[in-house]
Amino acid sequence: MLNRISTYFYQRPKLVLALFLTPPLLYMGVVYLGSLFALLINSFYAIDDFTGLIIREFTLKTYAQIFTPANREIFMRTAGMAAAVTIADALIAFPLAYYIAKFASPRLKTWLVIAVTIPLWSSYLVRVYAWKLILAKEGILSWFINLLHLDGPLDWLLSLPGIGGSSLSLSPIGMFIVFMYIWLPYMIIPIQTALERVPASLLEASSDLGAKPLQTFRTVILPLAFPGVVAGSIFTFSLTLGDFIVPLTLGNSKFFIGQAVYSYQGTAGNIPLAAAMTMGPVTIMIVYLLIARRLGAFDAL
Amino acid sequence: MTNNSSTTAVRFNKVSRYFGEVKAVDQVDLDIQDGEFFSMLGPSGSGKTTCLRMIAGFDRPTAGSIHLYGQDVSNLPPYERNVNTVFQDYALFPHMNVGENIAYGLMVKKVSKEERAKRVDEMLELVQLAGYAGRKPSQLSGGQRQRVALARALINHPKVLLLDEPLGALDLKLRQQMQVELKAIQKRVGITFIFVTHDQEEAITMSDRIAVFSQGGIEQVGSPLEIYEKPASAFVAGFVGTSNLISGEVARRLAGSENTFSLRPEKIHLGATLEASPKDVISVDGVVRDVIYLGLYTRYLVEIEGGIDLVVVEQNLKTTSMDVLSAKGRKVKLSWHRDHINPLGG
Repeated sequence: MLNRISTYFYQRPKLVLALFLTPPLLYMGVVYLGSLFALLINSFYAIDDFTGLIIREFTLKTYAQIFTPANREIFMRTAGMAAAVTIADALIAFPLAYYIAKFASPRLKTWLVIAVTIPLWSSYLVRVYAWKLILAKEGILSWFINLLHLDGPLDWLLSLPGIGGSSLSLSPIGMFIVFMYIWLPYMIIPIQTALERVPASLLEASSDLGAKPLQTFRTVILPLAFPGVVAGSIFTFSLTLGDFIVPLTLGNSKFFIGQAVYSYQGTAGNIPLAAAMTMGPVTIMIVYLLIARRLGAFDAL
Repeated sequence: MTNNSSTTAVRFNKVSRYFGEVKAVDQVDLDIQDGEFFSMLGPSGSGKTTCLRMIAGFDRPTAGSIHLYGQDVSNLPPYERNVNTVFQDYALFPHMNVGENIAYGLMVKKVSKEERAKRVDEMLELVQLAGYAGRKPSQLSGGQRQRVALARALINHPKVLLLDEPLGALDLKLRQQMQVELKAIQKRVGITFIFVTHDQEEAITMSDRIAVFSQGGIEQVGSPLEIYEKPASAFVAGFVGTSNLISGEVARRLAGSENTFSLRPEKIHLGATLEASPKDVISVDGVVRDVIYLGLYTRYLVEIEGGIDLVVVEQNLKTTSMDVLSAKGRKVKLSWHRDHINPLGG
């Protein structure tokens, strides 16, 4: 019986393909793209200022609200944070990924990859609150900085306008540190995978042809690892762009996009504005991907 | 240097390379002459590739020293050695086109753009790929990649060119064509070529001299003729071509000594009498055990007195496959010239 079923499917590869692809396509098409589409529709509605009810008519009024100075500032602040986090993560991740891919023994490699991904096993919320405690005025980091007699520089850093605050746990600097930590694995793994695919013989060939280590890095390793860096940056950039937990926990009164969306759809009940705000990160990411493609990041895929 | 007629290009002086407990290369002494086409031949794991990698600088000797034209290079990094390598997998840079790949060595040495373009064109001409500069390596066939890898190495005018089984990935026809071409290019540029291969036919076809490697050491160094006609050990006799190895009681009866000797299958005559004075001919009776028809020639397995099987090869000059196959089970007389007995050392 089982044999007959196997044979039946073996002779109909197209049916097998259809059976395999239907669930994911249904999911992607209906649940994922469908909700995105609902979002898009809602962003073209507007709320009645008196009744607070949604008027289901096409209008660009809601989009106009996004370009008020206050909202523009929210976009700039969030994109700036996302860019800073992405660059910092790339700089930290690259040497580590390079070591894992090219130098670590197979055993050590397994352990290092586990070590990199193990934080993802625990709740993101728990880790954010843990960081809040670490960064708090009475927290372990302050204690350590005190021990090193570095509280002077720390106070100076926290007094800087724009990025400072009353303590690390309530400042953009603290948010930056937590974002950097939270998204780091998403940067390390793609870079490591990209480097893993660079054959050792290419590095030997470069050296053989007279390139010093730094030249080999610039002309061979970096261009070939670039798609990995871009892949990682897509994660770090978009995840920072949409996050609302970290700004809510560690931020001050200055909103980030995620926070704004959260409050518009919640207490304010302004679903159209929340939807329009959300289209912001979506648009930024589309532009980001187009630039990445122009730079040739996907050529090697 | 004592030898006036030639310069030593590469000298191995008691070179060893251990990987942990494994002796990949063990106390190797070797001189390779300037302008020579030199092959390192051996099975995988025999140490030939490790030797090549130590000349290139990818590996360093655990003990001993390596000299390039008199200079001790044992601890120099690859980018400070005037040698270039053609890799087994070609190792072309996938993000650069053919022209950029070939110009790479000049680019890192900051040679001007005009000079680079001129020399790339010369090289493309040499390897018969004119007009291919703009292609990506992924758009080339295996044979073309091979040529690009060769051009990329030769453009730097290395003193020694190292080739690590460069023909291994090509099909038979292309491989034979590249063998001839490589040899011609070597003659033209006059550079010392060191060629690593496990293919004995390839080594014999192209080389001026061959070093046969086994288990981290060199078994024999010599011209293709010497290696084939006068193998120094049972390993060489068996690895380069086919050999009958005869020892003990049978050896004493046939050659007068119990020491092992080797005898090539094509030197043994089947049935027909040898035209030589009888005192130079050795004859023995046998029974044909097996016949393998191979088109150009036929391989016979003949059991001789004393229970030893000899491989005999005869060209199919007049015989048809029918004649050949009916020989199975027949009683035959084998004979060979005394000079073709090759006593092995030890």
